[in-house]
Amino acid sequence: MDRLFVFDDYGALLGLVHNSLIAAALLGVVGGLVGVFVQMRDMQFAVHGISELSFAGAAGALLLGGSVALGSVIGSVLAAALIGGLGVRARDRNSVIGVLMPFGLGLGVLFLALYEGRAANKFGLLTGQIVAVDTVRLGWLIGVSVVVLAGMAVIWRPLMFTSVDPEVAAARGVPAGALSIAFTLLLGLAVSLAVQVVGALLVLSLLVTPAAAAFRVTASPVLAPVLSTVFALVSAVGGILLALGGTIPISPFVTTISFTIYLVCRAVSARRRRTGWGSRGTEPASAPVGSEPSAAAVG
Amino acid sequence: MTTSFPLRTARETAPGAVDPLRGGETSLTAARVHRGPGGTRTGWRTWTRSSRPSPRGILGPVTTSALSLRGAGMAFGDRVLWSGLDLELQPGEFLAVLGPNGAGKSTLLKAVLGQQPLSEGELLVADRATRRGSDRIGYVPQQKSMDAATPLRARDLVALGIDGHRWGPRRRTADERRRIDEALAAVGATGYADAPLGLLSGGEQQRVRIAQALATDPTLLLCDEPLLSLDLRHQRAVADMIDRRRSEHATAVVFVTHEINPVLDLVDRVLYIAAGGHRIGTPAEVLTSATLSDLYRTPVDVLNVRGRVVVVGTPDEPGGCTHHELTPQPLERQTAGRRGGGAA
Repeated sequence: MDRLFVFDDYGALLGLVHNSLIAAALLGVVGGLVGVFVQMRDMQFAVHGISELSFAGAAGALLLGGSVALGSVIGSVLAAALIGGLGVRARDRNSVIGVLMPFGLGLGVLFLALYEGRAANKFGLLTGQIVAVDTVRLGWLIGVSVVVLAGMAVIWRPLMFTSVDPEVAAARGVPAGALSIAFTLLLGLAVSLAVQVVGALLVLSLLVTPAAAAFRVTASPVLAPVLSTVFALVSAVGGILLALGGTIPISPFVTTISFTIYLVCRAVSARRRRTGWGSRGTEPASAPVGSEPSAAAVG
Repeated sequence: MTTSFPLRTARETAPGAVDPLRGGETSLTAARVHRGPGGTRTGWRTWTRSSRPSPRGILGPVTTSALSLRGAGMAFGDRVLWSGLDLELQPGEFLAVLGPNGAGKSTLLKAVLGQQPLSEGELLVADRATRRGSDRIGYVPQQKSMDAATPLRARDLVALGIDGHRWGPRRRTADERRRIDEALAAVGATGYADAPLGLLSGGEQQRVRIAQALATDPTLLLCDEPLLSLDLRHQRAVADMIDRRRSEHATAVVFVTHEINPVLDLVDRVLYIAAGGHRIGTPAEVLTSATLSDLYRTPVDVLNVRGRVVVVGTPDEPGGCTHHELTPQPLERQTAGRRGGGAA
């Protein structure tokens, strides 16, 4: 166990993972924001399904000697298009995902079995890797992040409307079907980012857990995405910084940090529920919702 | 332009007629019903809520109909829900839409919202062809409990009613923020404006929804069973809120319900749709044994009990009884059903 953390030469190591840190920070921002709608639209299962197909795409690229980043993007977008196109209703969607996911995973396993390169590459796709982000791939990650962030900025408000209040949103002319497909595609791109940093199996820790934690402590439409982003950022970057000192992959650190944040937020919300969150009526707006727990949860 | 009520054409600016929700930025001339103490119409007059005359206010057509349906029909293949529907809904008028499940009440709302095209006829909202997402229409759906983890406060839901359909980042203007505050105040929701939506009670959520529907200052308010699953006290409060809105702002109301008694004293006209066609008229005209027997094509009895209407013998209800109300209403309301008395 004493070999778990070795912080000699930490500065030199930091230079080596410079690209990975940037990638993790990007992923934190993207995952935190997209996660808000994953939570609101109950799409956790879709995240998992897309990540398995993204893994298959990346494994296929590895086998063919192509770009892993491009492969994972293709796999994700294909999965997202199928899920978004075939399953608009939640029940259809889940069955489509349930059918796609094992197929994608099987395909990925097949590609990896055929691949004769470094074993670390194979394992990295499933559980994440630290120093795997070279400059070319970082360019990909930045490009994809920019697309996702710009897309989310454009559709944010109508997507929020149709997610919370589909009937009234439809009455006000919000195109629910188009938004659902657009969001699923953006989600696919975000998943392909995450697959390359934390690996296909652990994508949920950056696309689901941070938003789930944030929703525990705030109901503000501004603070929820901000907190979710901060949580995802802390998990991703913190995970890499901790993993540098050890010999194990980054994913356990990322998942542990994000899970810890979630537990803290649950505790905060449980305490507040006891003492009364909805203190409205007697003291209207005396407790601005979500302003006080941010300090507790980030620390 | 057909109107079924006498309408004076002289335009006068009523004191206090500037709409607080809109702040006089739009000009709209509307007729308004005035009720005497007995609840009877004492006359009609037109008024303008414009403080700044706009070309449309001076030259444009005077709005005489909040909603107009001419020869409207809705059919899915061979299945005809309703046809030959003619209706001119005056500004400030309260129309209750009644009928058994599957009669096409909600489809009518969908048609008005521009979500479902008519299979025949014409449909105008405020003298213009309806279109999806029109801000002249406010919509209040059935109460459905919100997920407790919804990251929205009451105020945010109202705000979405104003700009939820707009793309891209934007800052709400001071005027919009004021309209949101006023809409919340108008339904008495200021006290919980910043509380999470998911933690509000059903009645509170429904008030917020009305504030949301009214935030764009619509000329027509569509309500789809807005009182369902609310207790009597909240039913009354929500109904009164809608009534106050239409009398103060001349907003016409189309109120789909399976239970007319909570709103019986507010209703101007009833549209009853059933398998045998439809009838439009005052509650006293439509809610009679003869009319409903005709509509249902089977003997139906309409009873008036303590100012409430009880329909017995409709084929679609297992107990053969609709519009019943088993829980007694508060005393002051039992005498309030002023139109119910004449319906026998």
